[in-house]
Amino acid sequence: MNSGGIIETAGLRKVYRVGKVDVPALRGVDLNVKAGEFLSIVGPSGSGKSTLFHIIGGLTPPTSGQVRVGGEDLASMTEAGRTRLRKRTVGFVFQKFNLLPNLTARDNIEIARFIAGNRKHDAGFGEALRLLGIEQRLDHKPNALSGGEQQRVAIARAIVNHPAILLADEPTGNLDTENSKAVLEILKDLNTRLGQTILMITHNPEAAAYGHRVVQMRDGKIVEGAGDQGPGVGE
Amino acid sequence: MTGKLVLENLKNRPMRTLLSVLLIGVPVTLILTLVGLSHGMLEDAQRRTRAVGADIIVRPPGSNFLNLSGAMPEGIAGALEKLPHVKLAVGVVNQQVQGVTLGVVGVDLKKFDEISGGFHRLSGTTFQGPDDVMVDQYYASEKGLKPGDYVTLANHRWRVSGIFEGGKLAHIVAPIARLQELTSNVGKISQAYVKLDNPANTSAVVQYLKSDPGWSEYQTYSMKDFIALYSVNNIPGLRQFVWVVITIGVVIGFAVVCLSMYMAVLQRTREIGILKALGASDAFILRVIVAEALLMGVGGTILGIVLSYGAWWLIRTLVPASIQMVIVREWWPIALFITLVGAGFGSLYPGLSAARRDAIEALAYE
Repeated sequence: MNSGGIIETAGLRKVYRVGKVDVPALRGVDLNVKAGEFLSIVGPSGSGKSTLFHIIGGLTPPTSGQVRVGGEDLASMTEAGRTRLRKRTVGFVFQKFNLLPNLTARDNIEIARFIAGNRKHDAGFGEALRLLGIEQRLDHKPNALSGGEQQRVAIARAIVNHPAILLADEPTGNLDTENSKAVLEILKDLNTRLGQTILMITHNPEAAAYGHRVVQMRDGKIVEGAGDQGPGVGE
Repeated sequence: MTGKLVLENLKNRPMRTLLSVLLIGVPVTLILTLVGLSHGMLEDAQRRTRAVGADIIVRPPGSNFLNLSGAMPEGIAGALEKLPHVKLAVGVVNQQVQGVTLGVVGVDLKKFDEISGGFHRLSGTTFQGPDDVMVDQYYASEKGLKPGDYVTLANHRWRVSGIFEGGKLAHIVAPIARLQELTSNVGKISQAYVKLDNPANTSAVVQYLKSDPGWSEYQTYSMKDFIALYSVNNIPGLRQFVWVVITIGVVIGFAVVCLSMYMAVLQRTREIGILKALGASDAFILRVIVAEALLMGVGGTILGIVLSYGAWWLIRTLVPASIQMVIVREWWPIALFITLVGAGFGSLYPGLSAARRDAIEALAYE
């Protein structure tokens, strides 16, 4: 399976047990994402996008098949191993922002550093904050921030530990057009300037178009765009 | 950072935090008040006994330091005065008037003054008649008495002739003859205080009284030994009672924290999911929950200490003669330890259930 991608899956299956019924969410997904790629995954509800996102993010193990993220085999990984992966290899951006409501924006970012055991001063991160345009809003709690600001804080939190992969699940789903555009531009900028690998789930074709490549999912399978069709890294 | 998260969590749900701290604080108050009462009552009894100024105390056969069962012939005091080194012997009659905490003591005031140096009167006079009593300022304050007022004690109406400075013998003193009559103890005394020519002779006299066949049936103590008997360990059942209250305190603390933290974990399901998505380990999440519970335990202990001062003030203000309480600072760290044990165990189940929560389900929680 090793073809040099930062994300590689082969025959990936996931079956959820609901009561006494097995519900297949992924039915054999083969995907290869290169480092520095911005990949959009689209598909209707129930197509398996979120399940793929959760497996690649180490939030849940696969039922069968192979999956390698940042060179690590997730199929054989323990819960502790997946926790380590979430700390260092992946960063999440969610549709509902998912900031800790009791902490300020600054502390929401700091706690991600703290959990990852990242105690080093990161001068370069100031530049990222400027890019995100939230420097002046860092001492506010989430309830004092607009949706766009909250999502920018969430992006800052996701990249603070320089993860190999940024996973964004409907990052514009709760934003108006203007803020959606701003967030997508930021993601694009992160990919272009910093070479950040991004895997974005979206329903919105305009948002999907920001990616180098669009993968279409349906019924737990990739039906279009599975291969490496994207532009070169940093392009 | 963990500390900040814990503090912010507590700050952002102030009502839950305050109620939990209050409910943890109440048993702490109970423990500290009970300990304060046991120490206060014993210290008060010690102080009043010491202030009598005697060297030896002689009590009836079969009695112990707590219980005055039976009585001795009144003539014992005279017989004691005939022994070598004995300067004075004064018999008194003890009668409980309110539960076990308050008694009236019948004295021959003239003889008692010789042994003790007398009562320091704050107002009024000494006994002017057989039905007069003198009370200390604590009892006067508790009952709102002043010289000339009447008070019913031992089913008898007494006139308060004077108020004396407390801390000597008893809170209420009456003429011995009338009290003997009222308690069917004519010609009898409850105990005798003995003053020696020189306190250095105390051991020798006690030894003599214990070994002489005519005296050995009586319970004889040097005052020093008698006062030393006033300890928590010598009160039957008191230590056990304190442990029962402590156990109740731990159980309540455990239950309060368990319930409070379980609610907190439910309310914060999504936040737990966020922390897990950020890579927080089970141990980190457990640590946050336990730290929050322990902090509430510390808050509850501080509140319990403050409330125990409230109990102390109330007792001192409302019933200063009937019960005495002191603040026993040595018990603060013990109370803290007890609370932390209860809070620590109480937070384990909610903490473990939070730590084991599935991240995806937690993130989907509304």
